[in-house]
Amino acid sequence: MTGETTVRKAETIPIAESNDVVRVRQQVRVLALEVGFSLVDQTKVVTAASELGRNTLEHGHGGHAEISIIDNGVKRGIKMSFRDNGPGIADIALAMTDGYTSGKGMGLGLSGSKRLMNEFELTSEVGVGTTVTVARWK
Amino acid sequence: MERIPILRIGTFLLVTIQVDMHDQLALTLQEDLTSMIARVSAGGVLIDISSLEIVDSFIGRTLANIASMARVLDATTVVVGMQPAVAITLVELGMSLPGIRTALNVESGMQYLRDTLADREDEDDWRDYSPQG
Repeated sequence: MTGETTVRKAETIPIAESNDVVRVRQQVRVLALEVGFSLVDQTKVVTAASELGRNTLEHGHGGHAEISIIDNGVKRGIKMSFRDNGPGIADIALAMTDGYTSGKGMGLGLSGSKRLMNEFELTSEVGVGTTVTVARWK
Repeated sequence: MERIPILRIGTFLLVTIQVDMHDQLALTLQEDLTSMIARVSAGGVLIDISSLEIVDSFIGRTLANIASMARVLDATTVVVGMQPAVAITLVELGMSLPGIRTALNVESGMQYLRDTLADREDEDDWRDYSPQG
Protein backbone atom coordinates (compact mmCIF):
# COMPACT_ATOMS: atom_id res chain seq x y z
CA MET A 1 0.00 0.00 0.00
CA THR A 2 1.31 3.40 -0.87
CA GLY A 3 1.40 6.25 1.59
CA GLU A 4 -0.09 9.62 1.18
CA THR A 5 1.12 11.81 -1.64
CA THR A 6 3.40 14.54 -0.43
CA VAL A 7 4.37 17.67 -2.28
CA ARG A 8 8.12 18.12 -2.41
CA LYS A 9 8.54 21.35 -4.22
CA ALA A 10 5.97 23.77 -5.48
CA GLU A 11 5.96 27.02 -7.34
CA THR A 12 3.33 29.33 -8.70
CA ILE A 13 3.69 31.11 -12.01
CA PRO A 14 1.25 33.80 -13.12
CA ILE A 15 -0.15 33.52 -16.65
CA ALA A 16 -1.08 36.88 -18.14
CA GLU A 17 0.53 36.91 -21.60
CA SER A 18 1.83 34.40 -24.12
CA ASN A 19 5.40 34.70 -22.88
CA ASP A 20 4.24 33.43 -19.48
CA VAL A 21 3.23 30.15 -21.13
CA VAL A 22 6.84 29.82 -22.29
CA ARG A 23 7.99 30.44 -18.71
CA VAL A 24 5.64 27.72 -17.43
CA ARG A 25 7.03 25.30 -20.04
CA GLN A 26 10.60 26.07 -18.99
CA GLN A 27 9.90 25.65 -15.26
CA VAL A 28 8.03 22.39 -15.88
CA ARG A 29 11.06 21.16 -17.84
CA VAL A 30 13.32 21.95 -14.87
CA LEU A 31 11.09 19.99 -12.48
CA ALA A 32 10.67 17.11 -14.95
CA LEU A 33 14.45 16.82 -15.20
CA GLU A 34 14.70 16.81 -11.43
CA VAL A 35 12.17 13.97 -11.17
CA GLY A 36 14.27 12.06 -13.70
CA PHE A 37 11.72 11.64 -16.48
CA SER A 38 12.94 10.21 -19.80
CA LEU A 39 13.21 12.66 -22.69
CA VAL A 40 9.91 11.41 -24.18
CA ASP A 41 8.09 11.81 -20.86
CA GLN A 42 9.61 15.26 -20.29
CA THR A 43 8.36 16.25 -23.72
CA LYS A 44 4.87 14.95 -22.93
CA VAL A 45 4.65 16.79 -19.61
CA VAL A 46 6.01 20.05 -21.07
CA THR A 47 3.63 19.81 -24.04
CA ALA A 48 0.65 19.26 -21.72
CA ALA A 49 1.77 22.29 -19.68
CA SER A 50 1.86 24.35 -22.86
CA GLU A 51 -1.65 23.30 -23.90
CA LEU A 52 -3.17 23.90 -20.47
CA GLY A 53 -1.28 27.15 -19.94
CA ARG A 54 -2.60 28.44 -23.26
CA ASN A 55 -6.14 27.47 -22.22
CA THR A 56 -5.73 29.47 -19.00
CA LEU A 57 -4.60 32.46 -21.04
CA GLU A 58 -6.99 32.25 -24.00
CA HIS A 59 -10.17 30.85 -22.46
CA GLY A 60 -9.69 31.79 -18.81
CA HIS A 61 -8.39 35.28 -19.61
CA GLY A 62 -5.32 34.61 -17.50
CA GLY A 63 -4.67 32.97 -14.16
CA HIS A 64 -1.79 31.00 -12.75
CA ALA A 65 -0.05 27.65 -12.84
CA GLU A 66 1.03 25.77 -9.75
CA ILE A 67 3.63 23.16 -10.51
CA SER A 68 5.12 20.71 -8.06
CA ILE A 69 7.10 17.55 -7.59
CA ILE A 70 5.04 14.91 -5.81
CA ASP A 71 6.04 11.77 -3.98
CA ASN A 72 3.81 8.94 -2.80
CA GLY A 73 6.53 7.05 -0.98
CA VAL A 74 7.08 4.66 -3.87
CA LYS A 75 7.48 6.92 -6.87
CA ARG A 76 7.83 10.53 -7.76
CA GLY A 77 6.01 12.58 -10.32
CA ILE A 78 4.97 16.01 -11.38
CA LYS A 79 1.68 17.71 -10.68
CA MET A 80 0.38 20.84 -12.34
CA SER A 81 -2.70 22.90 -11.57
CA PHE A 82 -3.96 25.61 -13.89
CA ARG A 83 -6.47 28.01 -12.39
CA ASP A 84 -8.37 30.89 -13.87
CA ASN A 85 -11.27 33.10 -12.85
CA GLY A 86 -12.62 33.16 -16.38
CA PRO A 87 -16.08 32.42 -17.77
CA GLY A 88 -15.96 28.72 -16.87
CA ILE A 89 -17.01 25.75 -19.00
CA ALA A 90 -20.74 25.08 -19.34
CA ASP A 91 -20.47 21.67 -20.99
CA ILE A 92 -17.37 19.85 -19.78
CA ALA A 93 -18.06 16.69 -21.81
CA LEU A 94 -18.23 18.78 -24.97
CA ALA A 95 -15.06 20.69 -24.06
CA MET A 96 -13.26 17.35 -23.60
CA THR A 97 -14.18 16.17 -27.10
CA ASP A 98 -11.32 15.87 -29.58
CA GLY A 99 -11.60 18.61 -32.14
CA TYR A 100 -14.20 20.68 -30.32
CA THR A 101 -13.08 24.27 -29.91
CA SER A 102 -14.76 27.39 -28.65
CA GLY A 103 -11.88 29.53 -29.84
CA LYS A 104 -9.42 29.55 -32.68
CA GLY A 105 -7.49 26.43 -31.65
CA MET A 106 -7.49 22.85 -32.81
CA GLY A 107 -9.62 21.58 -29.95
CA LEU A 108 -6.87 19.29 -28.71
CA GLY A 109 -5.80 21.16 -25.57
CA LEU A 110 -7.88 19.34 -22.97
CA SER A 111 -8.33 15.96 -24.60
CA GLY A 112 -4.71 15.92 -25.79
CA SER A 113 -3.20 16.79 -22.43
CA LYS A 114 -5.36 14.16 -20.77
CA ARG A 115 -3.73 11.60 -23.07
CA LEU A 116 -0.26 12.93 -22.26
CA MET A 117 -0.69 12.70 -18.48
CA ASN A 118 -1.63 9.90 -16.04
CA GLU A 119 -4.13 11.84 -13.98
CA PHE A 120 -6.53 14.53 -15.09
CA GLU A 121 -9.14 16.44 -13.17
CA LEU A 122 -11.22 19.35 -14.36
CA THR A 123 -13.52 21.44 -12.22
CA SER A 124 -15.34 24.41 -13.58
CA GLU A 125 -18.15 26.70 -12.64
CA VAL A 126 -19.78 29.07 -15.08
CA GLY A 127 -18.96 32.64 -14.13
CA VAL A 128 -16.47 31.57 -11.47
CA GLY A 129 -13.56 29.88 -13.21
CA THR A 130 -11.85 26.67 -14.17
CA THR A 131 -9.17 24.53 -12.57
CA VAL A 132 -7.41 21.74 -14.39
CA THR A 133 -5.10 19.52 -12.36
CA VAL A 134 -2.92 16.90 -14.02
CA ALA A 135 -0.17 14.58 -12.85
CA ARG A 136 2.28 12.21 -14.36
CA TRP A 137 4.26 9.60 -12.42
CA LYS A 138 7.71 8.43 -13.29
CA MET B 1 9.82 43.53 -32.42
CA GLU B 2 11.04 40.00 -31.87
CA ARG B 3 11.24 38.04 -35.16
CA ILE B 4 12.56 34.78 -36.49
CA PRO B 5 14.97 35.44 -39.38
CA ILE B 6 14.17 34.14 -42.87
CA LEU B 7 17.10 33.43 -45.18
CA ARG B 8 16.77 33.48 -48.93
CA ILE B 9 18.89 31.09 -50.96
CA GLY B 10 18.10 31.36 -54.66
CA THR B 11 14.42 30.53 -54.99
CA PHE B 12 14.19 28.93 -51.53
CA LEU B 13 13.44 30.43 -48.15
CA LEU B 14 15.10 28.95 -45.11
CA VAL B 15 13.92 29.28 -41.52
CA THR B 16 15.62 27.79 -38.50
CA ILE B 17 13.54 28.06 -35.35
CA GLN B 18 16.00 28.25 -32.49
CA VAL B 19 13.95 29.80 -29.74
CA ASP B 20 11.18 28.54 -27.52
CA MET B 21 8.42 30.27 -29.51
CA HIS B 22 5.52 31.95 -27.80
CA ASP B 23 2.28 32.08 -29.78
CA GLN B 24 2.64 35.65 -31.02
CA LEU B 25 6.10 34.91 -32.37
CA ALA B 26 4.74 31.92 -34.28
CA LEU B 27 2.02 34.09 -35.80
CA THR B 28 4.57 36.75 -36.80
CA LEU B 29 6.64 34.07 -38.52
CA GLN B 30 3.56 32.88 -40.40
CA GLU B 31 2.87 36.40 -41.66
CA ASP B 32 6.48 37.19 -42.50
CA LEU B 33 6.94 33.96 -44.42
CA THR B 34 3.72 34.29 -46.36
CA SER B 35 4.45 37.83 -47.50
CA MET B 36 8.06 36.97 -48.35
CA ILE B 37 6.98 33.97 -50.47
CA ALA B 38 4.82 36.31 -52.53
CA ARG B 39 7.39 39.12 -52.67
CA VAL B 40 10.32 37.04 -53.93
CA SER B 41 8.20 34.41 -55.77
CA ALA B 42 9.78 31.67 -53.70
CA GLY B 43 9.46 28.13 -55.05
CA GLY B 44 10.17 26.38 -51.77
CA VAL B 45 10.23 26.89 -48.03
CA LEU B 46 12.32 24.85 -45.62
CA ILE B 47 11.59 25.07 -41.90
CA ASP B 48 14.18 23.51 -39.60
CA ILE B 49 12.66 22.61 -36.22
CA SER B 50 15.53 20.45 -34.92
CA SER B 51 16.06 22.84 -31.99
CA LEU B 52 12.42 22.75 -30.94
CA GLU B 53 11.94 20.79 -27.72
CA ILE B 54 8.18 20.67 -28.08
CA VAL B 55 5.61 21.17 -30.80
CA ASP B 56 2.21 21.70 -29.25
CA SER B 57 -1.12 22.05 -31.05
CA PHE B 58 -0.60 25.76 -31.66
CA ILE B 59 2.84 25.43 -33.22
CA GLY B 60 1.63 22.39 -35.16
CA ARG B 61 -1.29 24.36 -36.52
CA THR B 62 0.99 27.28 -37.42
CA LEU B 63 3.26 24.94 -39.39
CA ALA B 64 0.22 23.49 -41.17
CA ASN B 65 -1.06 27.00 -41.95
CA ILE B 66 2.29 28.05 -43.38
CA ALA B 67 2.33 24.96 -45.62
CA SER B 68 -1.23 25.65 -46.86
CA MET B 69 -0.60 29.31 -47.51
CA ALA B 70 2.65 28.52 -49.31
CA ARG B 71 0.83 25.98 -51.47
CA VAL B 72 -1.75 28.57 -52.49
CA LEU B 73 1.15 30.85 -53.41
CA ASP B 74 2.70 28.11 -55.56
CA ALA B 75 5.50 27.20 -53.15
CA THR B 76 6.35 23.84 -51.56
CA THR B 77 7.04 23.59 -47.82
CA VAL B 78 9.14 21.00 -46.07
CA VAL B 79 9.56 20.77 -42.29
CA VAL B 80 12.81 19.12 -41.24
CA GLY B 81 14.56 17.80 -38.16
CA MET B 82 11.70 16.96 -35.81
CA GLN B 83 13.08 15.25 -32.72
CA PRO B 84 11.71 11.72 -32.11
CA ALA B 85 10.36 12.66 -28.64
CA VAL B 86 8.50 15.57 -30.23
CA ALA B 87 7.04 13.30 -32.92
CA ILE B 88 5.84 10.76 -30.35
CA THR B 89 4.23 13.47 -28.22
CA LEU B 90 2.62 15.20 -31.16
CA VAL B 91 0.88 12.03 -32.34
CA GLU B 92 -0.28 11.19 -28.81
CA LEU B 93 -1.61 14.73 -28.50
CA GLY B 94 -3.76 13.97 -31.53
CA MET B 95 -1.95 15.85 -34.29
CA SER B 96 -0.44 13.97 -37.17
CA LEU B 97 0.28 17.09 -39.26
CA PRO B 98 -1.56 15.99 -42.39
CA GLY B 99 -0.56 17.94 -45.46
CA ILE B 100 2.90 18.75 -44.15
CA ARG B 101 5.85 17.30 -46.00
CA THR B 102 8.66 16.36 -43.63
CA ALA B 103 12.28 15.29 -43.99
CA LEU B 104 14.79 14.05 -41.42
CA ASN B 105 17.38 16.76 -41.96
CA VAL B 106 18.15 19.95 -43.86
CA GLU B 107 20.06 18.12 -46.58
CA SER B 108 17.24 15.77 -47.56
CA GLY B 109 14.75 18.60 -47.20
CA MET B 110 16.70 20.73 -49.66
CA GLN B 111 16.96 17.75 -52.01
CA TYR B 112 13.20 17.31 -51.86
CA LEU B 113 12.63 20.98 -52.68
CA ARG B 114 15.11 20.85 -55.60
CA ASP B 115 13.44 17.72 -56.99
CA THR B 116 9.98 19.26 -56.68
CA LEU B 117 11.14 22.39 -58.47
CA ALA B 118 12.88 20.36 -61.19
CA ASP B 119 9.68 18.36 -61.77
CA ARG B 120 7.74 21.56 -62.12
CA GLU B 121 10.22 22.94 -64.62
CA ASP B 122 9.95 19.73 -66.65
CA GLU B 123 6.20 20.23 -66.80
CA ASP B 124 6.75 23.80 -67.96
CA ASP B 125 9.12 22.53 -70.66
CA TRP B 126 6.46 20.16 -71.96
CA ARG B 127 4.10 23.04 -72.22
CA ASP B 128 6.71 25.06 -74.19
CA TYR B 129 7.35 22.25 -76.67
CA SER B 130 3.74 21.35 -77.26
CA PRO B 131 2.79 21.38 -80.96
CA GLN B 132 1.77 24.80 -82.16
CA GLY B 133 -1.38 23.88 -84.08
